[in-house]
Amino acid sequence: MNTATQAFRRSGASVLSLGLCVSVLAFSLPALAQDLTLARSLAATCANCHGTHGRPRGPAMPPLAGIKADVMLQALADYRSGRRPGTVMPQIVKGYTEEQLRLVATFFEAQAAP
Amino acid sequence: MIARRQLIAAGGLALAGCATTTAPLGRVLVVGGGFGGATAARYLKLWGGATVDVTLVERQEAFVSCPMSNLVIGGMRGLASVSHGYAGLQAQGVKRVRGEVVAIDPVGKSVRLADGSLLRWDRLVLAPGISFMLDSTPGLAAAYDSGRAVHAWQAGAQTALLRRQLQAMPDGGVVLMSIPRAPYRCPPGPYERACLIASYLRHAKPRAKLLVLDANPEVQSKKALFERAFAQHHAGVLEYRPNAELQEVAGGVARFEFEDVKADVLNLIPPQRAGDLAKDFANANRRWVGVDWLTMQAAGQPGVHVVGDAILSAPGMPKSGHLANQQAKVAVAAVLALLKGEAVNPAPVVMNTCYSFVTPDQAMHVASVHQYDTAEKTMKAVPGAGGVSAAASAAEAAYALGWAENIWADSLAL
Repeated sequence: MNTATQAFRRSGASVLSLGLCVSVLAFSLPALAQDLTLARSLAATCANCHGTHGRPRGPAMPPLAGIKADVMLQALADYRSGRRPGTVMPQIVKGYTEEQLRLVATFFEAQAAP
Repeated sequence: MIARRQLIAAGGLALAGCATTTAPLGRVLVVGGGFGGATAARYLKLWGGATVDVTLVERQEAFVSCPMSNLVIGGMRGLASVSHGYAGLQAQGVKRVRGEVVAIDPVGKSVRLADGSLLRWDRLVLAPGISFMLDSTPGLAAAYDSGRAVHAWQAGAQTALLRRQLQAMPDGGVVLMSIPRAPYRCPPGPYERACLIASYLRHAKPRAKLLVLDANPEVQSKKALFERAFAQHHAGVLEYRPNAELQEVAGGVARFEFEDVKADVLNLIPPQRAGDLAKDFANANRRWVGVDWLTMQAAGQPGVHVVGDAILSAPGMPKSGHLANQQAKVAVAAVLALLKGEAVNPAPVVMNTCYSFVTPDQAMHVASVHQYDTAEKTMKAVPGAGGVSAAASAAEAAYALGWAENIWADSLAL
């Protein structure tokens, strides 16, 4: 797990834990902190259907927490291209930029699987 | 004795005014416990933890969801199944105050409750929902007061009342639904309700009729899909007529421009504006609250963040519980950044998914994604993204129920 993933995992619980990274990431902290809060906000747009932090209630919606980022990005790309069928996902994936989807995927990879 | 009295007074002040807080970033007061307000309270704690002191004021004992309440009206589920308490939020550290806010002082940064107590805040999140515009329709307010007409556009007692009236109506009776001119809360809601009332009537009172008179020139959301449902599933029970605005209510008669309608059940959905709580901030036709989309602050009101149905919608953005939840998350991220003296996210994103049932077993959706446009300073629906279902289906009915469980849990920390 790389440093960014560790920081994302901590961010799932609280931004306060960012303090732990200060000593090791003194130079890149402002950029990372910005990415963390941005990723957290972007991933929160998924929570209405997929559950808070990607851990859903009930069987209807698939969990996102703990999915490897490259696996999620491939699934999203397949929704976008039409290779993967769906109802809402093929439509809304087109509303996010590639960079936004990368941040979302990195955030969910760092969350503990349900 | 004096010392004791002072202590009591000081204790009372601290209780009533939240005069002190150990939270380093300050106090955030959330008023309104619907989708927007509950989500704001939940995410302030989720993202802010102990750094923020969060209080939620709501006058009702429990949250009752408008989404899924049309299934209650149709008799497909009970009211308790769309109702949830605020214990989940309290378990996250949100202080819950049951009361009614009667005055907001944005300069002195406090609100006053009906019982006279004062609550102070460093930042305020207002989620007041909607209020009804009854003055332009003579007889409408009196018809609601007497129970002769029902709106059921704020879920709860009205939902149960409409259900009881439908059950009590004799077979062969007539139900009238009137739909106000857009914008109103939940654009597809009236048409979903029409479908589910028609489903109930066909099954339970096969000689009864449902007349839907719409002030708008056409179905306001998922038009082709609703028109298909009207024709395929509800022909012979449901009759839909556009361009018919309610003018007056007198006894059991509803007057429209071209006809008077006498009905056994009057489900009259009134024109709407921002909830009374936000009336001082309603700068758009004195009806809706214009907001800065980067922070959700009301125009010209730093420190006052407004979310949900009360705001002036961005182009192509419906008034939905889903978007109230999403707007609340934008507001919370901004509140925390501003309390810390940091820059707010310059590129917020929100998205909407809204399911409608067309029969008890089939549903369909509309979805959209809205990105902030720096040049126009508004949220804009991304062209080519979003859309509607190819067709209503049983699979999407299962997704609709899953959506409800998940948004309730996300908003209320269930």
